[in-house]
Amino acid sequence: MICPPPAQLSSLELLGFGDCGWGATLLWGFGNSILIAIGAYALGFLIGVTGAFGKLYGGPVAKDLWSVYTTLVRAVPELVLMLILYYAVPAGLNQLLIASGYERIDLPQFITGVVVLAFVQGAYQTEVLRGAILAVPHGQIEAARAMGMAPGQVARRVIFPQMTANAVPGLGNLWLNATKDTALLAVIGFSELTKATYQASATTKAFFTFYPAAMAMYLLISLISIFAFARIEKWARKGQRDVRG
Amino acid sequence: MKFKAIVVAALLASPVAAQEVKIGVAAEPYPPFTSPDASGNWVGWEVDFMNAVCAEAKLTCVITPTAWDGIIPALTSGQIDVIMSSMSITEERKKSIDFSDKYYNTPAMIMVAADSDITPDEAGLTGKIVGVQVSTTHEAYTQAHFAGVAAEIKTYQTQDEANQDLAAGRVDAVMADSIALQAFLDSDAGKACCKSAGMAADDPAILGAGVGFGLRQGDPLKDTLNAAIKTIRENGTYDAISKPYFAFDIYGQ
Repeated sequence: MICPPPAQLSSLELLGFGDCGWGATLLWGFGNSILIAIGAYALGFLIGVTGAFGKLYGGPVAKDLWSVYTTLVRAVPELVLMLILYYAVPAGLNQLLIASGYERIDLPQFITGVVVLAFVQGAYQTEVLRGAILAVPHGQIEAARAMGMAPGQVARRVIFPQMTANAVPGLGNLWLNATKDTALLAVIGFSELTKATYQASATTKAFFTFYPAAMAMYLLISLISIFAFARIEKWARKGQRDVRG
Repeated sequence: MKFKAIVVAALLASPVAAQEVKIGVAAEPYPPFTSPDASGNWVGWEVDFMNAVCAEAKLTCVITPTAWDGIIPALTSGQIDVIMSSMSITEERKKSIDFSDKYYNTPAMIMVAADSDITPDEAGLTGKIVGVQVSTTHEAYTQAHFAGVAAEIKTYQTQDEANQDLAAGRVDAVMADSIALQAFLDSDAGKACCKSAGMAADDPAILGAGVGFGLRQGDPLKDTLNAAIKTIRENGTYDAISKPYFAFDIYGQ
């Protein structure tokens, strides 16, 4: 169907789900943003847990490698990492593959985005979790070892239950960062919420309709997240005395 | 609907004959050549043209939006197989990628404020601020011809931003492809603020020999596309596609 010029449509029609509305495109971008944030956060959490234990209890080599990782990643802007991983890494990889007689591979934008953001999240989560583990009184860990518990048992029975409460506020912050860092994928042309908003407003010139709509969506996800993390923290702190007395 | 057609074509094609080709389009809207519609499908003259070429060459083409300023690295690193984004064929770009034969060629226009008396040459732009889209032939042209005389050459990520700044009075002139600027001048916003100062003097060494598909160096796809472009030019499909969009022949000389 032929749409009238965007200037003749109301904001409601532009944001709607009709043939001439961009609502579905924006929601699709929003969905992409959330999926990437969840993927990156989950993968980053795995890296973070491994990294935190590696940094505290690993051998000398593991400790050094994890420090190099957290230092480097936290030093380089996410944007630069994204460009390196999307453009430079596949180029090198494909040269290698073709030189050794294989077909070239392609990294979908979605996977690239998840991996880059997880790589960044992992470094920050390592530090948050390391701090949370250190806040567990060392005497308890020694006591558990003295009882003859294996390292896995110490982690599961003593460290995890006590570190959770310390880690939740920091991890909540990082989740909020993850949802907004997805906007960085716009630079490689992936249509997450920011890119979809840009395309909608650049095509219709209705910048003041689409950007506030995008802002509302980011705000919505933040509000829900803040509520959810408050619940998780309450659960994690059950049995703890309120310091305010 | 076009997207559906491509998907259907992809499903119907036999796995042996179907060769999926990822067509990289700059993710920034560039009407009337490539821009997304409300449902996110890509439309415009170049998209129609691509569908005709792909049908002729029996290729399954999938549009992959890619950021304009990274579109050549995306091609060389294998994220996309073909660049279709009104990219001019220039010697500089030929150092890193191959081009198909040209499929359109239009002159460069200089657009100014409606009440301005700037002329599209060195004298007219002396002491003025010129806006151009970054990494375009027009940026190279302004750097070569106007850098010495202009007060400043401002670069923008998209043509839209340059146009907006002209309307807002932050630049005195913008230079870009005549069709892209004409589309803006025909819009309400364009009518209100701006006018054409005329075409810039041609400089084929910088402005290039028209627009072609960008390909990885040595990619055999080049011959396939060239053959398809030739057939479409000859059998009248090209003119049929162009007619709803343009009042004149955009193929050029």
